[in-house]
Amino acid sequence: MNLFNIKEQPQVYDAVIVGSGAGGGMAAYVLAKAGAKVCLLEAGGYYDPADPKYITQMKWPYESPRRGASTQLRPFGDFDAAWGGWDIDGEPYSAVKGTDFKWFRSRMLGGRTNHWGRISLRFGPDDFRRGSLSGVGDDWPIGYDDMKPFYDKVDRLVGIFGSVENFPNEPDGLFLPAPKPRLHELMLKKAAANIGVPIIPSRMAMLTQKINDERGECFYCHQCNRGCYAYADFSASSVLCKPAVKTGNTTLINGAMVREVLTDDKTGLATGVSYVDVATMQEKQIRAKTVILGASACESARLLLNSKSPRFPNGLANTSGVVGKYLNDSTGASRGAFVPALMDRKRYNEDGVGGMHVYTPWWLDNKKLDFPRGYHIEYGGGMGMPSYGFGFGMEGMNGKYPTRNGTMKPAGGYGAGLKDDYRRFYGAYVGMAGRGEPVPLETNYCEIDPEKVDKYGIPVLRFHYKWSDYEIKQAKHMQDTFEQIISSMGGVATGPKPDASTNYGLALPGQIIHEVGTVRMGNDPKKSALNSYQQAHDVKNLFVVDAAPFVSQGDKNVTWTILASSMRTSEYIVDQVKKKNL
Amino acid sequence: MKRRDTLKALTATAFGAAVLPAEAAAAPPPQAAPVKVPGGRLREEAVKDAKLMAERFFTASELRTVTILSDFIIPADSKSGSASAAGVPAFIEFMMKDQPAQQTPMRGGLMWLDSQCTKRFGKKFADCGRNNQIAIIDLIAYPEQALKDMKPGVAFFNMMRNLTATGFFTSQMGIKDLGYLGNVPNKWEGVPADVLEQYGL
Repeated sequence: MNLFNIKEQPQVYDAVIVGSGAGGGMAAYVLAKAGAKVCLLEAGGYYDPADPKYITQMKWPYESPRRGASTQLRPFGDFDAAWGGWDIDGEPYSAVKGTDFKWFRSRMLGGRTNHWGRISLRFGPDDFRRGSLSGVGDDWPIGYDDMKPFYDKVDRLVGIFGSVENFPNEPDGLFLPAPKPRLHELMLKKAAANIGVPIIPSRMAMLTQKINDERGECFYCHQCNRGCYAYADFSASSVLCKPAVKTGNTTLINGAMVREVLTDDKTGLATGVSYVDVATMQEKQIRAKTVILGASACESARLLLNSKSPRFPNGLANTSGVVGKYLNDSTGASRGAFVPALMDRKRYNEDGVGGMHVYTPWWLDNKKLDFPRGYHIEYGGGMGMPSYGFGFGMEGMNGKYPTRNGTMKPAGGYGAGLKDDYRRFYGAYVGMAGRGEPVPLETNYCEIDPEKVDKYGIPVLRFHYKWSDYEIKQAKHMQDTFEQIISSMGGVATGPKPDASTNYGLALPGQIIHEVGTVRMGNDPKKSALNSYQQAHDVKNLFVVDAAPFVSQGDKNVTWTILASSMRTSEYIVDQVKKKNL
Repeated sequence: MKRRDTLKALTATAFGAAVLPAEAAAAPPPQAAPVKVPGGRLREEAVKDAKLMAERFFTASELRTVTILSDFIIPADSKSGSASAAGVPAFIEFMMKDQPAQQTPMRGGLMWLDSQCTKRFGKKFADCGRNNQIAIIDLIAYPEQALKDMKPGVAFFNMMRNLTATGFFTSQMGIKDLGYLGNVPNKWEGVPADVLEQYGL
């Protein structure tokens, strides 16, 4: 009798994929379409944004008793599609003293693509060679030309809107029509142009035109973060996982929390994975000829580090010792402003798509600046649907601007006059947020906590992450730019300008949820875990398809690159199987 | 009690220690009414919300004060009804349970208000006449004019103003008042021409 009651599944799959987000979903899609028998493991539950069981889209704030306020399970609000968050019961992590890392996880089919803002930027040619261009950091083992065909295929398969701009290092894609700018976006564009900051149509994964019969067209409700019942935006669950299952070649197992990758001690090859069935808390195994990790940068690193065996005492694919290192998240800093010209606005429906219609790509030359990497700027504002927090802080506003009859009144107050103030200030705010490229450092890493385990008995992560001067100076530059834009549009910045005492408002590592780099790829097996096809140097039938392999992240939200590189790796796997190399 | 339950009760009580060791070691959890899981909720969310709904935070007296204050902050006018008509007190009651960090400032603020009214007028806030209620509110509703020793009241009134405004403008009545016209399927065609003209864009 087996002491731990481990259940072995007799079937041997062609591939087992861990994680159903952008990377794992794409691998399942490509492999299943190619005819491979795939087992797709997802730690969280099943999710379908078109099933009334899960729909939060088009609900009104009063349909939530907390009016859309955030909860532990939905930190981005009570209607957000994603389940999980920064703090998941029974799944702890920590950061060593003096360092920070916030780890956002979505435990559900499609993973964090259900939360994601759908901003879909290609890396440009320079983003693959920042090391040689700047003397700081490292180059990728591949370049834009290697990725371009896959970006093109992802554009066609998933759908993206945008505009052809021929902007330096901001490659154009195969775009659907971009939605026209909203009022505040036109004002921002004009104001930014006056100070030499470009603003162009955003590039996002919503279908402004129908692309196939499985998915509908965007109907402009501004709620992509709630999941789309028309499947008119990208989430891995709707666009990749379900079609993969539909081929008949994919076995999807939800509630499968993977513990480790199993290997054959003689051959050194991966033989499958073991996981905890979260419903029964039983240990199970899946056997497969190829193991593909798409569990997210930190979760994939954790899995490899936890997959220790006599042959691989440092964890799997870790002869180099690099697994867990070079963890890096986007920088982020933001500022808001009140725009007096937008008081007493005419009302009309300006929901638009779920997010900004315009953005600022990185427009400067770092050689002329005191920090080595760039950032882009995202914009918000408009007459959005009110939710929890609406009207907060009126006492800081209504004493500063004249009433309808031109007189001043004391701040705060109550009564009919105050009630009217909320109407007058509605839709008169803009927000802007920088998202920048950090310099990946070996000293920023995650490792296995020697003492702690999660509720499944799996050792957990401990983080070491500190921003360097590069990122802090970049955040300072963001704040200066924000003030210039706000001033140029006649706005009044809200709150004091973030200064050195807060690292210029620089978000804590992890908070921007763009972490990459923990299982980096490279040509030198002594310095990297994976080769240029995201295949482990040490274990040829082991691949990583999330953002863990990325050497750097540009100032581009990485999802489009995860999709493209996972597709590239998956096609490589199909090719290698055909050539009998796998 | 159903017959089956009666028998169970008899087994456990009348016949003394006739329970299995396993049952004795861990009493079964109390049987809660089955929770209906609404669309868009996970079971754990539905269970939590039902539990919060069943709890009560405000005393009857506190709720009366909260209702009066919310209607001072957002009264009925020619465009829409008052905060209490829009269900604001019930919303504030829920938020106190959902975000327990708000409980002490809220409860303490209500106590502070009553103690001030008792000192000045010999009655708790809710029992004061309207003129006295206005007199005390005027001391705490204007942060930049308030006297130093009124600051606890200012902080409390800011909290009440925020919660009342959010509760009102996220209600059906408040959304209509505000004139939010979205949350309906549509085709975005850009800013209306007259608005572009108004802003010279």
